[in-house]
Amino acid sequence: MYQYDEQDHKLIRERVAQFRGQTERYLAGELSEEQFLPLRLQNGLYIQRLAPMLRIAVPYGLLNSTQVRRLAHITRKYDKGYAHFTTRQNVQLNWPNLEDVPDILAELAEVEMHAVQTSGNCIRNTTTDQFAGVARDELVDPRPYCELIRQWSTFHPEFAFLPRKFKIAVCGAKEDRAAIRAHDIGLQIVKNTQGETGFQVFVGGGLGRTPIIGVAIRDFLPEVHLLSYLEAIVRVYNQLGRRDNKFKARIKILVKALGAEAFARLVETEWEQIRDGADELPPEAIAWSKRFFPQPAYKSFSDSHGEAVLRDQAGSDKAFSRWLERNTFPHRVPGYQAVTLSTKPTGIPPGDVTDRQLEAIADLADEFSFGEVRVTHEQNVVLADVEQERLYELWQAARKHGFATPNIGTLTDMICCPGGDYCSLANAKSIPVAEAIQRRFDDLDYLYDLGDLHLNISGCMNACGHHHIGHIGILGVDKKGEEFYQIQLGGSANEKAALGTVLGPSFSRDEMPDTIGKILDVFVENRQPEELFIDTYNRIGLQPFKERVYAKAS
Amino acid sequence: MPKPVKTPVGAQPENPAHLILDGAVAENQWNLLPLDAETEITAANLAPGKVILPLSVWLVLRDELQNRKNEIGVWLDSDETADLIGDDASELPLIAAHFPLFTDGRAFTAGRLLRQRYGFTGELRAVGNFMRDQLTYLTRCGFNAFAFQSEQPLENLLDSLRDFTDSYQSAVDQPLPIYRRRALLG
Ligand code: HEM
Ligand code: SF4
Repeated sequence: MYQYDEQDHKLIRERVAQFRGQTERYLAGELSEEQFLPLRLQNGLYIQRLAPMLRIAVPYGLLNSTQVRRLAHITRKYDKGYAHFTTRQNVQLNWPNLEDVPDILAELAEVEMHAVQTSGNCIRNTTTDQFAGVARDELVDPRPYCELIRQWSTFHPEFAFLPRKFKIAVCGAKEDRAAIRAHDIGLQIVKNTQGETGFQVFVGGGLGRTPIIGVAIRDFLPEVHLLSYLEAIVRVYNQLGRRDNKFKARIKILVKALGAEAFARLVETEWEQIRDGADELPPEAIAWSKRFFPQPAYKSFSDSHGEAVLRDQAGSDKAFSRWLERNTFPHRVPGYQAVTLSTKPTGIPPGDVTDRQLEAIADLADEFSFGEVRVTHEQNVVLADVEQERLYELWQAARKHGFATPNIGTLTDMICCPGGDYCSLANAKSIPVAEAIQRRFDDLDYLYDLGDLHLNISGCMNACGHHHIGHIGILGVDKKGEEFYQIQLGGSANEKAALGTVLGPSFSRDEMPDTIGKILDVFVENRQPEELFIDTYNRIGLQPFKERVYAKAS
Repeated sequence: MPKPVKTPVGAQPENPAHLILDGAVAENQWNLLPLDAETEITAANLAPGKVILPLSVWLVLRDELQNRKNEIGVWLDSDETADLIGDDASELPLIAAHFPLFTDGRAFTAGRLLRQRYGFTGELRAVGNFMRDQLTYLTRCGFNAFAFQSEQPLENLLDSLRDFTDSYQSAVDQPLPIYRRRALLG
C-alpha cells in the first residue's frame, strides 16, 4: 500500500490548515455560502438533510488496519458511532458538526487520510477492482497506476474547477469489477502483441439523469503516456464542456454532442503536443509506484492442501460451505483466498458499519490478511489474502461481528444509496425498500438457486445507487408528493455493460417485494439450467416480465 | 472546433486601483476596456496609456497599433481559448483572463497554454470573480497578477499565495511531476 513520504504529509497538513482557515472565515461571515460551497465540497463536506455529511477519501478503496481504527475512533468521537461505505469506495460520516471538520481532517491526516476531492467539480477519487493484485484473471495490477493517477489529479491546478465532477476507474483484469464503462474515464489495462502494457481508454460513461455507457476512444495507449493522455482528455473537457447548464455539463454530454470520433480527434491533437513532455511516465516512475504494492509475505503451500482442508470442513458444516461458496474469491497464490465481509445482513442499511465493527474489521485484517482492507463498490469489505486453512476460523470470527451473511453477489447483496433517510435530494427512501426485499427473500436456498443477481437502488435520478446498471434497478420517484418506485431490468456493470430498460409504471413501496417476486418467477420459469438472470433477460427480453408484473388480477 | 459556451452577459471585469503583482501589492497601471457593443473602439479613439483590449478588438486593431505595442494588452473572456492568441502571445506585454464566476475554471487552462505552449512571458493577470482560495492554483497555471473585482485589503490575501509549498503534478511553476523528483532520488 502507498506510504506517504514527507512531501505527502506536508501537502495534506497544508490542506488541513487551509481548510481550517476557510471554515473560520465562513463561520465569521467572511465567506458567503456560495463561496464556501465549492471549497467545502472539495474537502468532502456536504450540507445534508440532517447534518453535514463528510466524505472521506479511500484512494482506490485501500485501507490499512490503523486507518480503519482511526475511522472507528472518529465515528465515536465526532459522529454517532457509525460510518457508511459508498459505491465510490469511500467512507461517509452522516452527523459531524461543521466546526469539528478541521479537527477530523487533522486526525485523518495523522494516519495518511484526507477528504480531498471526494466531492465538487474536480477529479474525484480513482476507483478500481477490489481484488486488484490477487485476482486470477488479472493481467496487470492496476493499483500502481491508480496511485500515479491519484498524485497527478490531487490538487491539479488546472482541473480543480471543471464544468462538473469527474471520475476515473481502472480495471486490470479480464472481468470488469470496477464498472469502468460507467465512469467519465474508464481505463482497461491491456497488453499489445509485443507484450507491452497499455490502456484501452473509455470515455463519456456515467449515470445520473442521462445515463450513458462509455465508448472506447483508443484501443492501446502505451503506459508511458497515461498521464499526458488523461491531461489531454480533461483539458479538452475543461475548455469545451457545457458550463451553462449543470445537467449538461458532464463529459458524457460533450462526447455525445461531438460524436466519439470527433472528440477522440480533439484529444489526440491536444495530446500530440504534450505527449513527450514532463508527464511522461518513464519505467522508473512506474517501477517506483509498483514498489508500494509488493506481494505480501505469502507462505508457500502445495496446490491442493488448502483445498482438501476446505472440502472436509465444508462437507461437515453446511453454513460454512455456503459462506465459502458465496463470500470467498479465488486467489492467484496457492493456499490463499480472498474474503468479502458482507455489510448486508437484513435490516442494516447496505454499507453501514458501527465503530465496534470497524475495529473488528481492523482486528480481522491484522489477524488474517496482512493488516490490509479494501472497500468494494458494492459497499462491502474485502480481506484479500487469507490462508485457506484459516478460513473456517475467520468465518467464525466474522459471524460474531455480523459480517458473515453468505449473500455476496446474490439478490440481497444490494447496492443502495442513503436515499430519503439522509439525502436532501432524494425523491424517495431507498433503505426501507432494500430492507423489505431482504426480508422477503431471506431463504438462502432460493437465493442461491437464483444465482448471481445484482439489484441496485437509488432514491432519485442522480443514481448514486447505480440503478441503471443493476440487473434489476430500482429508482425512487416522486408522484404528487408521494414516494413511488420505478423498476428497470437488464442493466449490467461489467465488460458487457448495459443500461437497464424501464419496465413500466411505478409501484408503491408496499408493492415492491411482490413485484420483485413476480420478476423472479418469470426468470425461474424461463431460465435454462444454470442460466443467470441477466442472460435469461437478454434472451427473452422485457415483454414476459412486463406481462406478468402488470397482469390484471383475474 | 466546437464553440465554447459564452460567459453570461453583464459580468464584466473591473479595474481596481490595486492588485497583487509578483507576490506584492501594487498599483494598477493598466486600464482594462470592457466589451461594449455600443461604442466601437478604433485605433484613433483609443485612450493613451496602457490599455487591455478585449480579444475581439485586439484581433482587429493589432496591426494598426504596432507602434504602441508595449502598452497594448489583451484580455480573454472565459469562452475564448488561448489558441486564439497563439504564438502572438510571445510579443504581448500583458494578457488578462476573465473569471466571470470563480467556478468557471477555463482560464486555468488558458494560463497554462499561454505560458507553456505559446511562449508568453509578460504579465498574466486574473481578472473578475476569482477568489483568494484559488491563488495557489492560479500561480501554478502561470498567473502572476491578481486584480480582485472589488477593492479589499490585499495585504491580508498574500498569505494565500503560500497555502501550499509543494505540488504533485508538473505545471508552469514546477517542471517536474513529483514522481520524477522522487524516482530520481531512488
Ligand atoms: C447523501 C449525499 C449525496 C448527495 C447529495 C449526492 C449527490 C449526487 C448527485 C447530485 C449526483 C448526480 C451527478 C451527475 O449526474 O452529474 C450523484 C451521482 C452519484 N453519486 Fe451521489 N450523492 C450522495 C451520496 C452518495 C453516496 C452515499 C454514494 C455511494 C454510495 C454516491 C455515489 C454516487 C454515484 C456512483 C453517482 C453516479 C455517478 C455518475 O453519474 O457517473 N453518492 N450524487
Ligand atoms: S441517488 Fe439521490 S437520493 Fe440517493 S444518495 Fe444520490 S442524490 Fe441522494
